Amino acid sequence: MLGLAKKDFTLLAVVVGLTLLAPFILNPFPEGSGMAQFNAGYPDLMQRFVIFGIFAIGFNILFGLTGYLSFGHAAFLGVGSYAAIWMMKLVTTNVIPAMILAIIVAGAFALLVGFITLRRSGIYFSILTLAFAQMSYALAYSVLTPITGGETGLQLKLNDPRILDSALVGGDQARANLFGVNMSSSYEMSVGGWLFTFNAGYYIAAIVMILAFYMAIRIFRSPFGLMLRAVKSNQQRMNFTGLNSRPYTLAAFVISGMYAGLAGGLMVAMDTQVGPERMFWTASGEVVLMTILGGAGTLIGPVLGAGMIKYMENIISKINSTILHQWFAWMPDGLEDFVVAVIYPFIGKGWHLTLGIIFMLVVIFLPGGLVEGGQRIAGLFRRKKTADETSTTPAE
Amino acid sequence: MDAIVLQILNGLDKGSAYALIALGLTLIFGTLGVVNFAHGALFMIGAFCAVTLSRIINWSYTTISETEKNFLGEPLEVQVPYVHDWFGVAAGNTLIDWAVPLAILFSIPIMLAVGYIMERGLIKHFYSRPHADQILVTFGLAIVLQEVIKYFYGANPIPTPAPEVFAGSFDFGAMLGFDPNTIIYPYWRLVYFAFAAVIIGAVFAFLQFTTFGMVVRAGMADRETVGLLGINIDKRFTIMFGIAAAVAGLAGVMYAPINSPNYHMGMDFLVLSFVVVVVGGMGSLPGAVLAGFLLGILESFASMAAVLDVLPGLNQIIIYLVAIIILLTRPRGLMGRKGVMED
Amino acid sequence: MSKSNFTRRGVLKSGAVAGAGVALPTIFTASSAAAYMNEPTGGSVTLGFNVPQTGPYADEGADELRAYKLAVEHLNGGGDGGMMNTFSSKALQGNGILGKKVEYVTGDTQTKSDAARASAKSMIEKDGAVMITGGSSSGVAVAVQALCQEAGIIFMAGLTHSNDTTGKDRKANGFRHFFNSYMSGAALAPVLEKMYGNDRKAYHLTADYNWGYTTEEAVKSSTEAMGWETVNAVKTPLTQTDFSSYIAPVLQSGADVLVLNHYGGNMVNSLTNAVQFGLRDKEVNGKNFEIVVPLYSRLMAKGAGANVKGIFGSTNWHWSLTDEGSKAFVRSFGEKYGFPPSQAAHTTYVQTLLYADACERAGTHNPCGVAEALEGFEFDGLGNGPTLYRAEDHQCFKDVLVVKGKENPTSEFDLLEIVEVTPAEQVTYAPDHPQMGGADASLGTCNDGA
Repeated sequence: MLGLAKKDFTLLAVVVGLTLLAPFILNPFPEGSGMAQFNAGYPDLMQRFVIFGIFAIGFNILFGLTGYLSFGHAAFLGVGSYAAIWMMKLVTTNVIPAMILAIIVAGAFALLVGFITLRRSGIYFSILTLAFAQMSYALAYSVLTPITGGETGLQLKLNDPRILDSALVGGDQARANLFGVNMSSSYEMSVGGWLFTFNAGYYIAAIVMILAFYMAIRIFRSPFGLMLRAVKSNQQRMNFTGLNSRPYTLAAFVISGMYAGLAGGLMVAMDTQVGPERMFWTASGEVVLMTILGGAGTLIGPVLGAGMIKYMENIISKINSTILHQWFAWMPDGLEDFVVAVIYPFIGKGWHLTLGIIFMLVVIFLPGGLVEGGQRIAGLFRRKKTADETSTTPAE
Repeated sequence: MDAIVLQILNGLDKGSAYALIALGLTLIFGTLGVVNFAHGALFMIGAFCAVTLSRIINWSYTTISETEKNFLGEPLEVQVPYVHDWFGVAAGNTLIDWAVPLAILFSIPIMLAVGYIMERGLIKHFYSRPHADQILVTFGLAIVLQEVIKYFYGANPIPTPAPEVFAGSFDFGAMLGFDPNTIIYPYWRLVYFAFAAVIIGAVFAFLQFTTFGMVVRAGMADRETVGLLGINIDKRFTIMFGIAAAVAGLAGVMYAPINSPNYHMGMDFLVLSFVVVVVGGMGSLPGAVLAGFLLGILESFASMAAVLDVLPGLNQIIIYLVAIIILLTRPRGLMGRKGVMED
Repeated sequence: MSKSNFTRRGVLKSGAVAGAGVALPTIFTASSAAAYMNEPTGGSVTLGFNVPQTGPYADEGADELRAYKLAVEHLNGGGDGGMMNTFSSKALQGNGILGKKVEYVTGDTQTKSDAARASAKSMIEKDGAVMITGGSSSGVAVAVQALCQEAGIIFMAGLTHSNDTTGKDRKANGFRHFFNSYMSGAALAPVLEKMYGNDRKAYHLTADYNWGYTTEEAVKSSTEAMGWETVNAVKTPLTQTDFSSYIAPVLQSGADVLVLNHYGGNMVNSLTNAVQFGLRDKEVNGKNFEIVVPLYSRLMAKGAGANVKGIFGSTNWHWSLTDEGSKAFVRSFGEKYGFPPSQAAHTTYVQTLLYADACERAGTHNPCGVAEALEGFEFDGLGNGPTLYRAEDHQCFKDVLVVKGKENPTSEFDLLEIVEVTPAEQVTYAPDHPQMGGADASLGTCNDGA
């Protein structure tokens, strides 16, 4: 169906189901309960899950298939974001043109960077991409301030031209929209103690991610994808057979740059603001970590990795000592203080520590990333271990 | 002219820090084939060895001042270091003053131990894993190490001055016949340069002139063959990891007076030291040192006001620009070996 | 589709839960349930404290958080009441805000605008915060302020010193108590003239981003106005850690004053490097070489250690002030935490009190009502003398402190001494001042999210 093998179609269906039902799945705890702290089903975080999911899917097309480890992918995300916000400032606040321009500009930039950096391989390639990204970051932060807004970045202003849009009336704000549907508008549904939020922006981003995921499956299963895997397993042998591998790797690089640009454009569409930190090397490193954490070369892994890191960043960092005391209030005083003191270094301002420990634990015990963890759990239930036949097996 | 001489001095000084860190990193790359993202953290731990020793020497007990008041109007608590009681005020203060140089001795066993534990406890299991896994695990380790330091020492930089005798600067201008005060350079930075030269020389001598070094070099060139000769190369590599950690740590100790140490100083240096190593060429120790000095000098020139007037923002990108140019003209960096980390 | 732009979880969380316990799904649009964004309907009101908890400014953020917790305690009637007792407005009762108990949520800005906005959004969307406050950099302040404007939430800026926050990027929903680059320049210049004369040659090193630009411009224009010459102004990358190659050429330029337009780690390192080079022991043009740091903070002074001794700068507030408000604040903060508060702690505490007071006076949490109550508000007793929250740009106008590094500190907190208190008139400027975005800068209109 849809040109997919049955296994892939099942995977796609699962992804579609999970993304569309995310407002329910991510809000398992009733409002007002102590565990509500762990709910992630609010619009901003759900949007970030799918946006970084797209970013990681795109990164994985390059890294997972060809083995080329780019350490500068955040540059394409940043460039896409800047393109999108300028589209919104100058032409229209409709998100479609902004996203299209983001993809085009990021793709063009990726073509330029890829053309230069793919002349080298291995760590030399990584450092070249890193160098381009760091230059983009440094220039956007400083001398390009007239174009990028520098440190404070760019936002929509009341006096932007927006030639296609009608003038704002009264106290209206310029807002990102899709033919009038506001990205930040939501329906809320309350069932019992639960509250579920259905946000227009999230569903638009989710549909884009599903399309991106579908495209990724097609690329993984295409002859082109096979060619990319050949690059990973043995580029030399491939070259000896008279095939020039460079056009294939360059195409993969540009596609993955366009995915990053799409993610950048979506970020602006959901939250109309761009800052240069988006291109700093830590942001490039983050997508590498997402992909490896989830499982490089697998289809679903990068999305899981992205979700994991964003969840830690947004949920764990918000737990403070007051909340801990509330949770453990039922314990005797001395014990409560002790338990809180033990947990405290790992939450709130200590969320980095928890993240670091998880990185280490996952890579030590689950060499294939979170996907391998999932497979092991599934294996426990299924008895019959057919792990290497499932569609989520690493490429190599 | 004097401006150029000055920037060459600056470049050598910056370069010596880059070269020291890159040297340690290359030892690990070259010998063990491991991408160590925790190397910056080792540098940071070195700097915090200096901080820790200075705190230990400053270990104090509290007395209540009769006359002075604190900010709440209560009697001021005055901290008196124990060393004042033990050695007298003058000798005690000298000891406190010399905390950073003393930390060199203090840090060597600590860094060797940290390196040994890291290699045996963690890195060892990652030799045969893909580089991506090595990155993830060492990056995780780097985060954990720096968060632990942050937990105990806070996020703010901690001033760790050099001994009083090294305060101020030396006037090269007057010596070389320029106007006085045109080419001055701080004594401590000159010490740092000399120290780096000694360490780099010692590492090279060790690898070049000892049997141990010879075996390690052979192992770097062809690990399998050396193993087949019945030599326990793994044990030697563990020791090399310890040495690399010690080199990074010493670079950190001596750097503490130049910039007040903080918990994220390792991350600040991490990317830069990778660029230096790769520009130098994978698997080449002289390449790493050479690239360190080259990038240091070019960075210094790019920060001159006269250059920035013509090319604003060049100081922001110079390192990366040079890296791109060198890697495009020389496929394996300055002195890289074929086939190391090329896939 | 509802007209609301953010969800109103706060509504449900704080009271409607009991009523919503029906089995059938009840779909409601927010506008029918609330008159404005995140209207507190239960017995409590939630404030969002968004401060850096990781990254280089984590210690500053920690101090801000301490002050916020203290402010919440005082607002809810706990502790000794701190500056509520000395505040000229007596609207606050110690029974929360408008009788609702004050609760708070915390988040980590990481000193990155993306992360700060994500954190602020989760406070608005998930926790139902009705006001966001905090931050310790101007990039974050501008980004979060714009978000609050879109969402219909009040933003009470924390530590942000760039002119832009209430200059070209000012917003109707955003308010700043902290001073700015222009004020630093205007306050410093007369003191520098008195100390160093009016025939000086200045060399600027400037952090290469917006805050650095506005500070350089402010200091340059006010020192040039009194006769100083600017020899050179060199931009340094934000990520720079070793400033030797920027500092070494200073003496060759013939300058006799070095102005370091740096903050945080940049400032700690550049000042440390400048002192290492022995600049302060030199004599140029027959005068002693001097260093100036336009924006000081105690935490930075602590990082630079002995290098700050005798160096002039400006600051928003310092715990050694002896007015009643400052004394009360230092006492309650010091008794709770054991050390004196920083200027970041002071400004965030004051902002929380000012917000609560404005709610009381307006009789509502509605951001537009609160904004109206803050606009043109004149008050005293919060540590900076008589202060005006100017209506045109939502900037506070108050005395600015010129300080210098203390020669003989008695403790690790006693690093700065106040040299002069520059009166507010001297640092006041027109709302359409060219350094503040000129005539183009506009607040827009207040947004309450309805």
